Amino acid sequence: MAAKRESTFVNMLSTLLVITLVAAFTLGSVYNLTKEPIALAKQKKLEEAIRMVLPEFERLEAIKIKSDREEDSLQFFVAYQADTVIGVAINTFSNKGFSGEVRIMVSFAPDGTIYNTSVLDHKETPGLGDKMQKNKSDWSNQFNGMNPVSYRLKVVKDGGDVDAITAATISSRAFTDAVQHAYDTFLTYQKEN
Amino acid sequence: MNQIQNLTKGFIKENPVLAQLLGLCPTLGVTTSAFNGLGMGLATTFVLVSSNLVVSLVKNFIPDKVRIPSFIVIIASFVTVVELVMQGFVPALFDQLGLFIPLIVVNCIVLGRAEAFASKNTVASSVIDGLGMGLGFSMALTILGALREILGSGALFGFKFIPGEMILVFVLAPGAFIGLGYLIALTRKLNK
Repeated sequence: MAAKRESTFVNMLSTLLVITLVAAFTLGSVYNLTKEPIALAKQKKLEEAIRMVLPEFERLEAIKIKSDREEDSLQFFVAYQADTVIGVAINTFSNKGFSGEVRIMVSFAPDGTIYNTSVLDHKETPGLGDKMQKNKSDWSNQFNGMNPVSYRLKVVKDGGDVDAITAATISSRAFTDAVQHAYDTFLTYQKEN
Repeated sequence: MNQIQNLTKGFIKENPVLAQLLGLCPTLGVTTSAFNGLGMGLATTFVLVSSNLVVSLVKNFIPDKVRIPSFIVIIASFVTVVELVMQGFVPALFDQLGLFIPLIVVNCIVLGRAEAFASKNTVASSVIDGLGMGLGFSMALTILGALREILGSGALFGFKFIPGEMILVFVLAPGAFIGLGYLIALTRKLNK
């Protein structure tokens, strides 16, 4: 076994320099290699969500509508069939989740009825809050076909019409809040058009 | 010590979680289901084997006083590679585990094995040690995850076989501590 290199200043400096250079080079190349697949995977997820929450459409138009709640605007995907709007999918979110942001896709029919929902991203407790996902439970189906004009978008505990997930009231609140957020912005959009 | 002992010592005798009590943070955090435990365990195993391999290769080149920063850079690089590759090529798995991957960097098992074993042993022994430790870690996490999933949601690997409500506390953080406590007690009994 060769003797260990001594801990002189030059030795330490050169070692760290070489190691960080190699690491930086490796990470840079891996990042470049995976950049495209990652972007594709994200895009695919978004497109799947849009297709899931909207009825069959011919043409899709992506626009940004300023939300009255946040500085940022929400992304709208307006679906057309023979030049008539048949539905609007909205990429919306709420910061009231149990652990951070809850991002969902909600779609409305032109009259404001909720058509369907799909969860894009969340960090809620696995086994509890994640029941908002369609593949975990059918909880979120209760929103479908409801019109927020008469359907109060709040959980039952807060005096609304939404049944919360057992033991995950906060997650249910966040989901409902995200729908409300989308609906408010949808109303703004309707006024403008 | 022969190589077979070197591989199997990670399972019970020197199990990183249950005997050495290392890496408890990811252990308690991710084991809400058996699948999460297994995924986290296998990702950690990959990082352990790779970092043990590289550390044992460069051990004579690194001066003693800067060995810890050097090891950390090597480990963090591997973790980032795992994260990027997983995100790009197996997005389904990344959806489940993505949150936990960066945590592997601060898992003291990885640094612990680099420091205690790979920096003093040959390349072959180091790789086998990493593999054994990683599999032992995966085993502990899968068992704890399965225990919590069965008691907490009446399911195993996502298949629900006990209908109705279960003991909620096992899905939440206290359940992890309770389950881990009993597993450690059992390991101590086996090691006596």
